Amino acid sequence: MSKYSTTSHQSGPDSEHSLYETIAPLMRYASIAAILIAILIAWIALYFSLNPISTAVTTRLFHLDLHHRAGNTVQFFLFEAPKVLMLLLLIVFVVGIIRSFFTPARTRQILAGRREAIGSILAAALGMVTPFCSCSAVPLFIGFVESGVPLGVTFTFLIASPMVNEVALVMLFGLMGWRVAAIYAGTGLAIAAVSGWVIGRLHMERFVEPWVYQITVSSEEPEFERILWLDRIDRGKQAVHDIVGRVWPYVLAGIAVGAGIHGYVPENYMAHLMGGSVWWSVPAAVLIGVPMYSNAAGIIPIVQALLEKGASLGTVLAFMMSVIGLSFPETIILRKVLKLPLIITFVSVVAVGIILVGYLFNFLF
Amino acid sequence: MKLKVLGTGCPNCKRLFANTQQAVRELGLDVEVEMVDDIQEIMKFKIMATPALVINEQVRFSGRVPSTEEIKRLVQLELGGES
Repeated sequence: MSKYSTTSHQSGPDSEHSLYETIAPLMRYASIAAILIAILIAWIALYFSLNPISTAVTTRLFHLDLHHRAGNTVQFFLFEAPKVLMLLLLIVFVVGIIRSFFTPARTRQILAGRREAIGSILAAALGMVTPFCSCSAVPLFIGFVESGVPLGVTFTFLIASPMVNEVALVMLFGLMGWRVAAIYAGTGLAIAAVSGWVIGRLHMERFVEPWVYQITVSSEEPEFERILWLDRIDRGKQAVHDIVGRVWPYVLAGIAVGAGIHGYVPENYMAHLMGGSVWWSVPAAVLIGVPMYSNAAGIIPIVQALLEKGASLGTVLAFMMSVIGLSFPETIILRKVLKLPLIITFVSVVAVGIILVGYLFNFLF
Repeated sequence: MKLKVLGTGCPNCKRLFANTQQAVRELGLDVEVEMVDDIQEIMKFKIMATPALVINEQVRFSGRVPSTEEIKRLVQLELGGES
């Protein structure tokens, strides 16, 4: 139920009133559309003038030379920080609206009864768009398994959902360009699909806590709420408020550290430590990354700076994926429904997948 | 009226709990908001995402944290139905 749908119940019998009732929502939609378009135009104008603005502020206001370390660092921060935040505002808003079409229940409906191969690919893709936070992992797991979604497909979803998320993709796109963002999304989805398939092949159903199978979930999903377009826009706004409101300090801190590395760490400094020729750099990056728990917002600016200073793409990708994709709190929560051998298998399979991707990219580039 | 917030203690669940308490306070109701954090208890409501708000044993939404205003509307709607 929503605040907008309640008004229709009050419509009176007189025709003038009902005419108003039909026009008023249309007017409302039109005015909201107009506001959104105006904001979008302002957004585009500001976005494409960030470079001259940041340069002007650095040179004229702070009187810094762009060819020196301090000026370089300050300009980098003043350009990248607003750029990434603006991208986040826009994309999180749009994704918030898209997500209002996908509930976990609907995703489950799509996945139930699919064959594993198709199911894995679908689950990886749906993991991107279905709203999910790691604290929902348990109810989601039970809901999936109960309705006959294979264990492997369920894992594919649980792996893809945190790893390939809109915040990570926006930051990669903003800081490193669309190629790296696309490589990350593609390999992330592939790891999720293949890891889920492997876990499915291992037939580990007996390592799911038995009480999970004792719960009976109704096959019919109760329809909790009817959503109107205005509510969807509200969801978008709420997503911006929730997600951008939560990650912006990490974005700023990450870009500040990244800017410092950008300006002060010498070129190729990281090459001997995280370069492609150092064979152990990929597994080391994963070993360090798995227990680390940070969100994409904090880690990507630092990773970008490392890449710039000679670290190789595969190593950096592996580090990033293991930090973002495998989160310690999520595995702790999953322990409630999974026995230890399955948890260990889950983490190991994903870690191996990430290491393979790391080597692949170090080999290719 | 009975209000329950279902959630396993994640930040979102705590925010929903706080928002719901705030809504009850702003409406001037003398209603206790119960936090249900036992997973088996939560699963009895057949939800697939936490947090969720339960009003009089009915799940009203799950998997998101609406504003205090929206919760107030839901509670008022329920109150209207009761009287």
